[in-house]
Amino acid sequence: MRELKIVAVVVAFSVLTYYLVEPYAHHEMHKQVDAQGVEIKVESHGFTYDGSDDIAEAERKGDVALAQKKKAFWAEVADISKLKGDAAVGEAGFALCLGCHTDTGTNLGGVVPPSLEHAGRIYDKNYLIALLKDPAMASNVNHKYADTLLHPMGSIASMMSDKQQIADVVAYLLEKKAGEVTPEEAYDEACMRCHALRYANITQLGKTPSFKQEKDALAHKIKVLDEQDAIKAYMGKLPPDLSMIIRARGEHFMETFIENPQSQLAGTSMPRVGLNHEGYEKVKEYLTEAGDPSKKAREDLGPWVIGFFVLFALLAFLWKKHQWRELH
Amino acid sequence: MAHFEKANSLGEWFEQRIGLSTLNRVLNTEYWIPKDINFLWAMGMLLAATFGLLVISGIFLLMYYKPDSNLAFDSVNYTIMSQVGYGWLWRHIHGVGASIIFLVIYIHMFTGIYYGSYKRGRELIWLSGMALFVAFSAEAFSGYMLPWGQMSYWAGMVITNLFSGGSLEAYGLVEWIRGDYVPGDAFLTRFFMLHVLLLPLAIIGLIVFHFGALRLPHVNNQQGAEIDFKEAAELYKAGKKKESKVIPFSPVFLSKDVFVMGVYFILFFYLVFYNFEFAMDPVNFDPADGLKTPAHIYPEWYFLWSYEILRPFGKDVGLVAFGIAQLALFFLPFIDRSPNVAPAHKRGLFVVWFWVLIIDMIVLTAMGKLPPTDPTFALIGKLAAWTFLALGPILVLITSFEKKIGKGA
Ligand code: HEC
Ligand code: HEC
Ligand code: HEM
Repeated sequence: MRELKIVAVVVAFSVLTYYLVEPYAHHEMHKQVDAQGVEIKVESHGFTYDGSDDIAEAERKGDVALAQKKKAFWAEVADISKLKGDAAVGEAGFALCLGCHTDTGTNLGGVVPPSLEHAGRIYDKNYLIALLKDPAMASNVNHKYADTLLHPMGSIASMMSDKQQIADVVAYLLEKKAGEVTPEEAYDEACMRCHALRYANITQLGKTPSFKQEKDALAHKIKVLDEQDAIKAYMGKLPPDLSMIIRARGEHFMETFIENPQSQLAGTSMPRVGLNHEGYEKVKEYLTEAGDPSKKAREDLGPWVIGFFVLFALLAFLWKKHQWRELH
Repeated sequence: MAHFEKANSLGEWFEQRIGLSTLNRVLNTEYWIPKDINFLWAMGMLLAATFGLLVISGIFLLMYYKPDSNLAFDSVNYTIMSQVGYGWLWRHIHGVGASIIFLVIYIHMFTGIYYGSYKRGRELIWLSGMALFVAFSAEAFSGYMLPWGQMSYWAGMVITNLFSGGSLEAYGLVEWIRGDYVPGDAFLTRFFMLHVLLLPLAIIGLIVFHFGALRLPHVNNQQGAEIDFKEAAELYKAGKKKESKVIPFSPVFLSKDVFVMGVYFILFFYLVFYNFEFAMDPVNFDPADGLKTPAHIYPEWYFLWSYEILRPFGKDVGLVAFGIAQLALFFLPFIDRSPNVAPAHKRGLFVVWFWVLIIDMIVLTAMGKLPPTDPTFALIGKLAAWTFLALGPILVLITSFEKKIGKGA
């Protein structure tokens, strides 16, 4: 039938145009190529960390020495990972952490060290090991530091000299600091020290309380501004508010970026955070609550509205048939 | 003062004063439409319906939107999207509607071109249609500024920059348009005014004119056949519906319009709920930041073909080519020299011209978004732009030699 042929032509051209300006163009726009023009595939590793990205980056830069260093580093991490840690022994080592991770909101070297209450739950085991060996290497921002000791948590390297000690502290975290975590707690511990989230009323200093006096509100605001200045000095720029980030970036970008910020923004100062799969899902849930809270309502309502129009079209078709019955 | 009897019913009361039944006859039951038309003739009604949907959803958005460069982003993304009940639904309908209406406009235009519905009495329909296209483009662009995201800001910057006229360096004009050196509050509020008042008024006026221009020449038909509407209408009214070449708009043609509309709305709401990123660009969910240029600045998909005519040339040549491209389609009724009103496939070379035009515009659209830094894409874009520019003179040539088709096709 002629009319169906026309439908087919119209649909074919529309779909072709859609394919070209959406999936294809976006693939071409965000394609990364190395110096030889070969496409670099940026892929998620399921929120596990073995340094393969970091090593490949160093190799692509042609920095052989750095690549060697990273290889050795992550090989050692893998070794420590095999050791059997003793949580009871690790508790003593963990006391060292509390010297900085005070949970009092005190800035230290640029940011407020996060609460470690769920560290064993939201971070990957290998990442934690790497972090205690060398924070700058672990979070893949070693390019910013001539010496790891300059990293605000860098002195940990001198405190944790022994492989077994690291294994013990990590075992402690995985056992004692691994309770149920809410999406908000995951966000607070992993991202909040750098990123405000104004749609959830969150600044780098946590939830903004409601003040009775305007004076107190302003005083708090000044504290926030001071904190932001410190972060700016540390990061080189104020990390963006993440309120709408869930709509502004695609799933693939978010996953690969959180696993390894360098993979999407080469040279960025944002450190790798080291979330495991659960940690990421929780953070994502919280970002969705802030930036796309109607996602669920949308998905629930969709079938009803579409169903209505299917019915509508069906009835309209019958009406049309009826009206046109005597015409041919 | 005319003589008025006391009315016995509300219907009669209106009948006396506004002539409802005459109105109904003229606009509906005796507005004759050729029988030999396909679903492409329902596109006009789809446009009217989508425009209606845009107006309604726009009114809801307008209740919460704040035209202030400090508040706009959050009023849309926080207040409307998460605080107002179903605010997200109105916004998605508005965003998807604004994008998909252009797909329908393009289908509608190409239908007109294919069947030669722009000439021999239908010039005003075409010209008012093109005016609608321009008005809709301005409406879409001004609306795109309102959420004050990164793409709003940078598209606003790039497009207003075009008014500097290349080497003319008319930066004064650019500043006058912006009300500032760079897009800012004054820029946002004036585009707000344009978007919610002046342009919609102009569009409504143009739609009325477009419909009016249709009434005397009537819509075309699949064969471009000339119809004696009076005679055909008499046949129809005498009950010889099979023999008559026409049908009344309402309810007969309307029933088909409504069916096509139903199918269209299935697609429409699928996009609203599940696939909206083509219409609501993720980049625009980053707030406007004058200090941070996005990695890729591109217009919405429906402007890409003309953007690509601008881009591959040097700045002056590009602007001239762009200007020609904007205006070229207006002249279609006058550069098509053939006397035939017939579907393209009966018009010899014209059908080749038609498909080359479509493919060329799709190629331009694709290249307009792809990064111009890639030499292959840049070259294809340039060739496509030249092709577009050449299609005008070629049309004059091939239609001048087109053979006249005998009547009664
Ligand atoms: C010298 C102070 C200091 C000590 C000691 C310290 N930290 Fe930290 N820690 C920090 C700072 C500062 C940060 C934030 C670094 C940043 O965001 O760049 C941090 C961040 C972290 C993070 C989050 C890192 C990420 O990438 O998400 C974890 C987990 C962590 N520390 C665990 C520990 C553990 C476990 C110990 C004890 C073994 C410890 N820290 C000891 C200062 C310290
Ligand atoms: C130690 C500070 C720090 C922490 C912790 C941190 N970020 Fe960032 N983040 C930054 C900085 C700095 C930038 C800006 C990067 C740039 O533009 O180079 C950034 C940028 C981003 C971006 C935007 C990237 C883009 O495309 O512009 C996203 C998304 C993001 N962070 C997500 C997160 C999430 C999610 C977390 C928690 C899991 C997190 N960040 C934790 C510092 C941090
Ligand atoms: C959103 C804006 C528009 C609306 C609401 C609209 C509406 C309509 C309607 C209802 C019809 C009659 C039914 C039909 O033939 O489809 C029509 C016909 C027509 N329109 Fe439009 N239109 C719009 C834009 C345009 C544009 C952009 C053009 C092209 C420049 C155009 C060109 C025409 C032509 C040539 C016809 C006559 C078709 C024929 O005779 O077969 N219209 N329009």
